[in-house]
Amino acid sequence: MKGDAVVRVKNLTKLYTSGYIRTTEVVGAKNVSFDIKKGEIFCLVGESGSGKTTVGNMILRLIKPTSGKILLDGKDAFSYDKKAYWRKVQAVFQDPYSSFNFFYNVDKPLNDAFDLLENSPSKEERKKIIRSTLETIGMNPDEILGRYPHQLSGGQMQRLLIARSLIIRPSLLVADEPTSMIDASTRVAVLNELLRLKKVAKMSVLFITHDLAQAYYIGDRIAIMKKGEIIEQGPVRKVIFSPKHPYTKNLVASVPPLHERWEL
Amino acid sequence: MDKNALVVKNLKGYYRGTFGVVHAVDGVSLKVDEGERVGIAGESGCGKSSFAQLITGTTTPLLHYEGGQVKVYGYDIWKISPEKMRKEVKCKLMSYVPQAMLNSLNPTKRVREFIADMMRERTGRKYSIDEVREMAIEHFERLGLDGYVLDVYPHELSGGMAQRVITAISTLGSPKLLITDEPTSALDVTSQKRMIKLMIDIQREGIIKSLICISHDLAALNQLCDRIVIMYAGVFVEDGRVDEVINNPFHPYTRMLMDSLLPLEPETKDKELSSISGVVPDLRNPPPGCRFHPRCDQCMEICTRKEPPEVEKDGRIVKCWLYTKIGEKGKRVKRHLERR
Ligand SMILES: Nc1ncnc2c1ncn2[C@@H]1O[C@H](COP(=O)(O)OP(=O)(O)O)[C@@H](O)[C@H]1O
Ligand SMILES: Nc1ncnc2c1ncn2[C@@H]1O[C@H](COP(=O)(O)OP(=O)(O)O)[C@@H](O)[C@H]1O
Ligand code: SF4
Ligand SMILES: [Mg+2]
Ligand SMILES: [Mg+2]
Repeated sequence: MKGDAVVRVKNLTKLYTSGYIRTTEVVGAKNVSFDIKKGEIFCLVGESGSGKTTVGNMILRLIKPTSGKILLDGKDAFSYDKKAYWRKVQAVFQDPYSSFNFFYNVDKPLNDAFDLLENSPSKEERKKIIRSTLETIGMNPDEILGRYPHQLSGGQMQRLLIARSLIIRPSLLVADEPTSMIDASTRVAVLNELLRLKKVAKMSVLFITHDLAQAYYIGDRIAIMKKGEIIEQGPVRKVIFSPKHPYTKNLVASVPPLHERWEL
Repeated sequence: MDKNALVVKNLKGYYRGTFGVVHAVDGVSLKVDEGERVGIAGESGCGKSSFAQLITGTTTPLLHYEGGQVKVYGYDIWKISPEKMRKEVKCKLMSYVPQAMLNSLNPTKRVREFIADMMRERTGRKYSIDEVREMAIEHFERLGLDGYVLDVYPHELSGGMAQRVITAISTLGSPKLLITDEPTSALDVTSQKRMIKLMIDIQREGIIKSLICISHDLAALNQLCDRIVIMYAGVFVEDGRVDEVINNPFHPYTRMLMDSLLPLEPETKDKELSSISGVVPDLRNPPPGCRFHPRCDQCMEICTRKEPPEVEKDGRIVKCWLYTKIGEKGKRVKRHLERR
């Protein structure tokens, strides 16, 4: 079991320091440990400011940990050169539009994805792969290719970014609140796409969200964060429907049910 | 005085600018009785916030009232003078908390200074700190807010706290009707729950009589409201008791919306949920006929060219051809809808 962890983080800690003369420290994350197996969707859930993005950004090597370890495929994350690392670890962020340039059509980020590959296919090959990838995720290439970002919905853009990661086929996709700017009505499509990545490409996903229900729907295992620390982790069904920690219990009890009514 | 808190008839409001004419609110009707808590739901861009601005007479510069009637306790707000509106309707009868109010608070003013400014605008005279405190402290404490918040700056309050403070300020004059736009959207779940409780409490305490809450979050509205109105592309498509609409939606849009939600229930994980294909139309050029027809899985030929009527069925209002004589035998238009 131990061997097949794609990512393993151990005692990961990030202290943000600010100020020049009298510096103050803010805990971003503290002693965070978990691992993600191949083909597993692991969810980090917590309220805003609990440290989810900090952990995600450390795993993406966008910020440096203060202490602790990140192992990717058993090797120290910082021992990889950056390009090689980012071929293995890809990201999808909150605002899909931020990942696209408004002056280029949406084919560009898909095309650019090939530059990350070691053996970049020919132009013709690329076209074919892009088309078939879009088809795999149920999008009609003729409706998508050649369009500009403002002509697509947020949900379509996020799915495009997920398609992009299908081309690169990283070992790990870090998805930080990928649906928070998308309407509930189209959110499920993005989640189903992530589930497909896991099923079709056996990719591992670190899914970051403040929404327990989304984590429950797509996650295999879940970790609940509070003030930088993981206070409970385990299989989603167990953590959400038989929580041990009072904080988790309260969090679950605060989600408004759809088919019952609170006594308030 | 009219016993209806609010009567809206065929209300229209459009944005006009260099971008064209956006038919944001395009002929909606609604009656709210005193004592009701009504939720208005729908995807973003369906016109919910525009509707709130139009029924409170506080439209942003490009949004224009284009016709129809809005009566608040009998006052025809688009007919009466601004003077009458300010003196007799605003704050006394109706108070409005816009969406994203949190971000628009002046960061250099303490909470008590907001209250002083608001009072001065309402009455035309100045208020001292002591006067403000005396007036507000009891009200704040009744809503479970410690009096110290009167002395803090907005940035010193957490998001949840700030939203509650804004609600407290907005209900200082005991308005009979409170209209609030996305009060819980920017908050963490624990603060959301507290906010929902606060809104129920201000009605229970008799501070307000009726509530209209706009939110894209159906589960939150399910906790807060008795009645729910579903808005799509500038029109109301379904209106009924919240539990009935949620458990047995009549309108295809409501049904597809419900099917796309992720309730936190054990069964959710075993279901293959699907989202609604397509997007909310560009309201500069809404689709002909039923505005939902390009996304509807029940679409009939008539839907593509004729606007559906509002039909009453089992105490609900549904704007859909399916519930008419034509719809009973209408043939469905066969086509491929992407369901994901
Ligand atoms: N660049 C930064 N500098 C200083 N503090 C930060 C920075 N980024 C995040 N923080 C702080 O770290 C904590 C965790 O933040 P974050 O990881 O963004 O949480 P989440 O993603 O769960 O909302 C918060 O208290 C936040 O204010
Ligand atoms: N200031 C504005 N100028 C032009 N169009 C606007 C403006 N504000 C909103 N709209 C448009 O009006 C429609 C309704 O928007 P809104 O009332 O904000 O919907 P909701 O609150 O349901 O998200 C949308 O098509 C939106 O793009
Ligand atoms: S009127 Fe027709 S297109 Fe519109 S919701 Fe009803 S069945 Fe669907
Ligand atoms: Mg974050
Ligand atoms: Mg709005």
